[in-house]
Parts: sequence; C-alpha cells; structure tokens
Amino acid sequence: MREVAIVSAGMTPFGELWETSLRDLFVQAAREALENAQVSQIDGIYIGNMSGGQFVGQEHLGPLMADHLGMTGVPAARVESACASGGVALRTAFFEVASGASDLVLATGVEKMNDGADVTNVLATAADQETEVYHGVTFPGLYAMIAHAHMHAHGTTFEDLSAVSVKSHYHGARNPRAQFRMEVTLEQVMNSSMVAEPLRLLHCSPVTDGAAAVLLCPLERAAEFTDKPIKIRGSGLATGSLALADRPDPAFLDSVSLSTSRAFDMAGVSTADIDVAEVHDCFSIAELCVLEAMGFAKPGGAAELTQAGETKLGGKIPINTSGGLKSKGHPVGATGIAQAVEILEQLRGEAGKRQVKNATIGLAQNMGGSGASSVVHVFERV
Amino acid sequence: MPSPRYWREIPTRYRLEAGRCKGCGKVVYPARLVCPSCEKTDFEPMQLSRKGTVVTYTVIHVGPDDFQMEAPYPLAIVETPEGARLMVQIADCDPADVKPGMEVALEFRKINAEGHSGIICYGHKGVPA
Repeated sequence: MREVAIVSAGMTPFGELWETSLRDLFVQAAREALENAQVSQIDGIYIGNMSGGQFVGQEHLGPLMADHLGMTGVPAARVESACASGGVALRTAFFEVASGASDLVLATGVEKMNDGADVTNVLATAADQETEVYHGVTFPGLYAMIAHAHMHAHGTTFEDLSAVSVKSHYHGARNPRAQFRMEVTLEQVMNSSMVAEPLRLLHCSPVTDGAAAVLLCPLERAAEFTDKPIKIRGSGLATGSLALADRPDPAFLDSVSLSTSRAFDMAGVSTADIDVAEVHDCFSIAELCVLEAMGFAKPGGAAELTQAGETKLGGKIPINTSGGLKSKGHPVGATGIAQAVEILEQLRGEAGKRQVKNATIGLAQNMGGSGASSVVHVFERV
Repeated sequence: MPSPRYWREIPTRYRLEAGRCKGCGKVVYPARLVCPSCEKTDFEPMQLSRKGTVVTYTVIHVGPDDFQMEAPYPLAIVETPEGARLMVQIADCDPADVKPGMEVALEFRKINAEGHSGIICYGHKGVPA
C-alpha cells in the first residue's frame, strides 16, 4: 500500500444554517478544500451522510454532489454508517488512494438536520428498530442507560459527566466555526432541562447543519499541493452489537477498543504517542467511555482524568479541542470529517487559541449508534 | 411502520419466544438465524420466563412524539433467568424506584398505537415483582 496524505481541507461553519441547502453545504466545503490545494480535477468523491433521505428527502448524493461541484462524470458515492459516516468515508477514500487505484480523492461529510425533519426519529433509525425503538427509546435514552451502567460499575458521578461538557464548551468558545461558542458553568450543565435521566440538555450534542471535506493524495505527490501535508498513519474500523442489550458490559464500548487497536497496530503507535485527539462525544458519557475503551484511562478512570484537567488544553492529552460534538455541533454525517479537519489544523499549527503546543501525532475517533460502529484514524505531521 | 412487520414479530413480542443454540447453549432473543457466540445455525425454540432483573435503566423525559404523552417513563435492560437481555419499559411504579438489581415481572401490555384508528402495538413491560 502507498502512504497517503491529507493536503487540504474545507469546512462550513456549524450551526442552524437556514439559508443553506444540503447540496450547497457540500459544495462550500468541497470547493474550499479544492481551492486550498489549487486542484480542479479529482479522481473520486466519497460523501459521508447518515440520512439525507429522511432529513430532507434526498438520497443518491453521489451524482447530485458531483454535479453541483461542476464535476459530473467523476466517480462519487455516499457512505453510510450512521454518525460514523464521515469517518468511514475518510477510511474508504484512504484505502482507494493507498491501493494505487486513484491519486486525488475527496473525503467529505454533510448533514442538513434543521429542515423540519423529526430529528429524534431519524436518529433513532441508527438503533435497533425491533428491540429498542419499538419500546420508545431515544438516542439520549440509550446513552443514559450507558451512563447509569457506568455510574453503577465505577462510581462515576453526575458532576463527572457535567465536567466533560464544561471542558467541551471551554474549547468550543475558542473555535470560530463552533455552533455554541460560549463557555458554560458546572451549575448551568447540572441544572439544564432533563432529557433522559441522568442526561440533561447540556450533556447532549445539538442538532446541526454543516459539511466538511479533506483532499487525499499519495504522500509522494503531496508537495504539489501543500507545504504542510499530514500523513494518515493508520485506520481502524470495528463493529459491535447494534442493540445495547446484546453487549456483555453496556458501560464498555468494545467497538471503540477494537477499532483503536487496529488503527494503532497499523500506525505503530500507542496512546502515549498521541498529542491531541478528537473523540465522539455525542453525549458527555460517551467521551468518558471512549477514553477508557481507547486506553487513555482504565475502565472507570476517565472521570478522574477529566476532573484533573488533563483532557483540557494544557493538559496531558487535550481531547476535543474543537469543542467536540457538544459545543462545535454534530451534523451527523459530517462529524467524522470535521474531526479530521481539527486534527489537521492542530498538526499544522493553525488552531489559533486552541493550539496544542508542538502537536505531532493526533487521532480522530468517530462512532455510530450507541457505539455499534467505531472508526479511528491516526495522523502525523510530516 | 408497515403491518407485515408486526405480524412477523408476534411470536417475539406476544410470547417472548427465543432460541437456545444447540451448539453452545446461548439463548438469543429475539430468535436469529446464526448464533452470535458460536456461529452455529441450529436452535431449539423456547419461551423466556416472564421475569428478570434490571441491568441498567433511564427515565425518558423527552420522548419520540408517539410516546411523549407517557413521559416521564422508565426504560430498562432486563436480564431473564435464561440469560437473555431485552429492553422494556418499567410500569406501575415510581420512576425513582427503578434501579439496577430491581426484580421485575414481564407483563403483556400495550406499547403504542398508530394513531386513533391504526394498529395497536403490543409487547411486554416490566412491573415490580
């Protein structure tokens, strides 16, 4: 396999973007990535998108987006793995370039969630319709069950969960593209309205419109497009049981553990090598479970890491410097690519007030459902 | 939701029919074609006991539109004596009383309805034992 680099990125602001359609969100992000690399011809496009069909009634995004990018004829297809769609699109593009089949491939993600769809029901299609959704569960409800299992097994507290959100907003307040660019206090998080016990509103990621894109090419050609290429050192994807009831320990995300070890094996790294990480904090409990499954903390240890400030800017392992899904926003299919954009900026030293000093190796972990899909990428400054 | 699906799922929902793998003895609920533990495909049909223990839970305050009238309602993962785990609502109790380890009976109940003249959706709920 060839070595592969990301040479440019594009990303819309994240938020309630009432004036921008699904297709225009895509085109804005994709054109920015192409213009930054001064590229006009590419070999392929992958579009991470969870549910254009249910959010805006639009499927078949491959040809639609190629057309609106002025590139009809170029191979283009949608990739779907619920909220991990973006990360899986990146992985698909990575292997296409690594294989030698294509040189310039655009990995993108886009979601338009604020066009009037019943977001709760659309998102619930990523859970088990027959055994979970039938009984009235929601996504906050599934992660709430994970949270209670975690609290019961490890003594994790409501304050611990809330500290994750406070940290996310501290970072997001420093990200010009974040949906919620403001800090919140522990009291505000703990007193926000109840969604699914123990999770309150400020433990939950918001409903967001947005798109992001990165351009991949063989590392040996990267200098044609940028002075600051970022190498993709490893990629790991894993699945777990779709239904939460089918997992031996609801508080442990097996797919995250497995996808991490696959990505780390390919990259030849361990947690000690990672300078900065974007992880899938769709709910604050998810960040704790992910850090434990990835090995940044032992099971039950992520709360202590968070409370000690080690996951904040300036800490031992800054997590979600973008603000994470919680503060930056979570346009589900775009999230995996937006995570890669943040790591790209960090490794290039272009993250402004969010910059982690001398970041050399970073990772992005993107998850679908209640943890049934997890995809991890390891990136390195070269 | 299309009606053939309800009809197909009647054994699972009304009678708690599960399958015991003849290879490794694992109980799967609902029944499946392939055992997730040993990958064998030979199952003995069986019914789950109508009781279990709460593994984890939540109380939904913001529910799907179809369930919002019931909110707040507790939902739990319950493990039956056969080792099968299923997600069910917990009814007939104060939501604050639902905790891991709580013993429940599984009772046949109405779960939902498709509007005023649509299909009535039945299944099981947990009630304090």
